[in-house]
Amino acid sequence: MAEFAVEMQDVLKQFITPEGGILSAVNHVTMQIKDGEFFSLLGPSGCGKTTSLRMIAGFELPTDGKILIHGKEMSQVPAFQRPVNTVFQQYALFPHMTVEQNIGFGLEMKGVSRAERSMRVSEALEMVRLPGMEMRRPKQLSGGQQQRIALARALINKPEVLLLDEPLGALDLKLRKEMQLELKTLQREVGITFIYVTHDQEEALTMSDRIAVMSKGVALQIGKPEEIYERPASKFVADFIGETNFLDGVVKGQNNSIVEIELTGTGMIYVESSRTFTNGQRVAVAVRPEKLRLNFDTKDGNNLKGRVEEVIYIGTDTHYGVRFAGGQKVRVREQNVNQEYYQLSNPGDEVTISFTQISPRILTE
Amino acid sequence: MLKFFRRNKGLQLFSLISPGALWILLFFNLPLLIVLFISFVERGRAGSIKIPPVYTIENYRQLFNACASQFAGPECDPLLYIGIFGHSVRIALVVTFWCIILGYPLSYFISRQRQIWRDTLMVLVIIPFWTNFLVRTYALKQVLATEGLLNSFLMGLHLINQPLDLLFNEFAVVVGLVYGYLPFAILPMYASIEKFDHTLMEAAADLGASPRQAFLRVMLPMTLPGVVAALVLVFVPVVGAFITPDIMGGGKIEMIGTLINRQFGVSRNWPFGSAMSLMLMLLVLIGVIAYFRSSSEETRRAM
Repeated sequence: MAEFAVEMQDVLKQFITPEGGILSAVNHVTMQIKDGEFFSLLGPSGCGKTTSLRMIAGFELPTDGKILIHGKEMSQVPAFQRPVNTVFQQYALFPHMTVEQNIGFGLEMKGVSRAERSMRVSEALEMVRLPGMEMRRPKQLSGGQQQRIALARALINKPEVLLLDEPLGALDLKLRKEMQLELKTLQREVGITFIYVTHDQEEALTMSDRIAVMSKGVALQIGKPEEIYERPASKFVADFIGETNFLDGVVKGQNNSIVEIELTGTGMIYVESSRTFTNGQRVAVAVRPEKLRLNFDTKDGNNLKGRVEEVIYIGTDTHYGVRFAGGQKVRVREQNVNQEYYQLSNPGDEVTISFTQISPRILTE
Repeated sequence: MLKFFRRNKGLQLFSLISPGALWILLFFNLPLLIVLFISFVERGRAGSIKIPPVYTIENYRQLFNACASQFAGPECDPLLYIGIFGHSVRIALVVTFWCIILGYPLSYFISRQRQIWRDTLMVLVIIPFWTNFLVRTYALKQVLATEGLLNSFLMGLHLINQPLDLLFNEFAVVVGLVYGYLPFAILPMYASIEKFDHTLMEAAADLGASPRQAFLRVMLPMTLPGVVAALVLVFVPVVGAFITPDIMGGGKIEMIGTLINRQFGVSRNWPFGSAMSLMLMLLVLIGVIAYFRSSSEETRRAM
């Protein structure tokens, strides 16, 4: 078996817009998805993630480029002959069939006997923890149950790759969290490659082995959740995944790996980076709110003076909005670790914001 | 008084329903009872009925045995009328079949267009309704005539040497009826197909169904209510049609409709015409009930 479950090689997908223009929904995307991997396509709506998934499923054909599934080129293979199955966003259960007929549909198409079908359907229902639901109609089930049926209907066919198009989008928050863990566990159990489309960054971080962050038809960054979060390659990724403070500055000098950056009107900061910058270069320094500390001087870190503008208590954390002398504003997240809640400062207070040299990322695009 | 009316929901409902109900009662149910009455009396001299009425079941007997008529000749065919009934049903089935076969893909095609095109195309389907049915049928007759548009065209292309006999036969009647009733098939099927969620076809393909299997197992069952509605909306009026068979068949094609029409016209036999009308109603009723009995729960719910 080939090393990669799915390969997209320089895939281009263009649509003609109603106005007669050409839209590149997927713009020369190349990615390799490993066998047995939980891989997420993450991005805002219109970024090309669903189109990519639909091309792997065979519902759309690439305008250019190749899609391979386990090394086999797919352009001549219609959707119904591809070794993949899909869990659709709105589940797309057949409303005129029972749960049993729905789940058994794939096996029926393969010509599996009625007796074996019925046995495997009840196994599949066990797997998604809905035993005995055979004779129900999709309409009689709750959203969460329909979701599980859709999952069972796809997994019963033992696909080489399971494609999931925002399958949890229609569920409420609590159920969604539950299903996230369940899906992840299920994926480990069955060992099938999952390709998961979502616009929810938290969901992607929670479940994925690797994530591809997409925007405007381009895969901006592909990596493990911690790589994507800690080392975003671009402003878009830093902004889309989690919360980020951007500080615009100018490079004033570089001493080996330490870059000196002037934040106009606020002062100098020192940031570690493996890249080389030229003096005078305009950069954006991205630093996560939880990596900033309030009134917590670090010896060889950065300490900047600012004034608290607002304090927002959100239970687990308290967020402080702080403005520097130069007008830049940052958000600081302090965890409420003590039993007794106490506020570190009040609006209007002068504070010092500290962060280490290694916590920010210098971004140029 | 007004206050009382406002408070009384039952009275409000009654005042809303009664005009329509009264209309149906007066101009539909009552005449039907009159037809029922006439079918059981003897005909009068001038064509209407004998006064005072003389009750008889002769009209119905005559239907099943044409030779029972006082005007029957020596070589009469006792099953003449039954034959015409059968013939009408057969023509109606053929017409319904073609309306559905032609209408379904067209409805599908229209439903897949963008909104503005969908509306435009549906208007094009409906536009012929704005023209008088008789005028349309005569226009179609001109197209199919010996020296009509179609024959001239085919001759002009030297595809044929002799004009084809396209008029005054069963073919012409079927063409005329399909032409006239196709929109009645398209409208309900379009309504059904337009509501159909095409993601389900992708889901079927995803699970390994070929386009044919996906159509037969998913799309057809789910749009069947529209097909059944089309079937009823076309079959029922066509089985009793009389203008089209008259014009397109040139009097050579006898259907129940033309036969009944004649009883109230030249033959002046109201009682026999009434009996035939009621038999036709009964036939359609039995047909529709039988169909729903045998069809799935789904379609029954849809009607």
